[in-house]
Amino acid sequence: MIHPERDPADPADPMDGEPDPALPIDPDVDADESVSGAPRPVHLRPSTLAVVFAGGAVGTAAREALSLAFPPVDGVPYAILVINVVGAFLLGVLLEALVRRGPDHGRRRTLRLLLGTGVLGGFTTYSALAADTAALLGSGAAPAGILYALGTVLIGAVATWAGIAVAAAAHRAARAADRTAGDEA
Amino acid sequence: MTPLAFLVLALAGGLGAACRLLLDGVVRSRARGALPIGTILINLSGSFLLGLIAGLTAAAALPEEVHLVVGAGFLGGYTTFSTASFETVRLLQERRRLLAALNGLGVLVAATALAGAGLWLGSLV
Repeated sequence: MIHPERDPADPADPMDGEPDPALPIDPDVDADESVSGAPRPVHLRPSTLAVVFAGGAVGTAAREALSLAFPPVDGVPYAILVINVVGAFLLGVLLEALVRRGPDHGRRRTLRLLLGTGVLGGFTTYSALAADTAALLGSGAAPAGILYALGTVLIGAVATWAGIAVAAAAHRAARAADRTAGDEA
Repeated sequence: MTPLAFLVLALAGGLGAACRLLLDGVVRSRARGALPIGTILINLSGSFLLGLIAGLTAAAALPEEVHLVVGAGFLGGYTTFSTASFETVRLLQERRRLLAALNGLGVLVAATALAGAGLWLGSLV
């Protein structure tokens, strides 16, 4: 995106050029739906499922590559811990940045589904967290298991909160810079 | 791991993510309340299934390739930590502390117990 404040899909954007006659007026409605009639919910649309599939495959590949490169030490999968915490931080940044730019439709919704639900959803994992913890507890390494599981959830929550705070601060800074530029003009 | 196995694993993760969107959407359209029941159900069911597959693999009832493709691939993409963590923080921001604790720590304990049950069941085969 060249200028994040501009959304070409937003018909109310005064910076936008001539409306594309092939696109429906309501950006919430996909072009194919305006012909067929009844709008389908997002989770039942082949197009959004395909977007999440593609993102999920990329996220899963990145997770597997990292966990192959950094195997568990004494049964503790540090790679998965870092993946989950980093993914939680990035999802906080992404969702806060998107919600501050406007309503969840058009390009913003596609980005949320591709990067959030798809890439970061596939990158992070809960099943490995639970199964590795259960294996640690079952093998007599209870302190390591408890520390790993609780550490992931607590550090993950702090990381999510930090991601939201970073995106909010960046948005305020961008707004302030825009106002200063406007005053000078 | 062969490049082909890696590719199949990644595609299985994409399929898991699409299943997550579908199931979460179906649950959301029916469920009411502040607790994100869709993500919870996904993470609990995925944790049980991964435990079961790990148990079956350890008992040599399943080949390691299935464990990788279905476990790390499909179930890894199906379950998600980032969304669960975001939903916990959002509950905290809304000052629903009990629901946040339930979503953060309650689900962790339940998912670990289910994964343990799956491991045990798989080892019986």
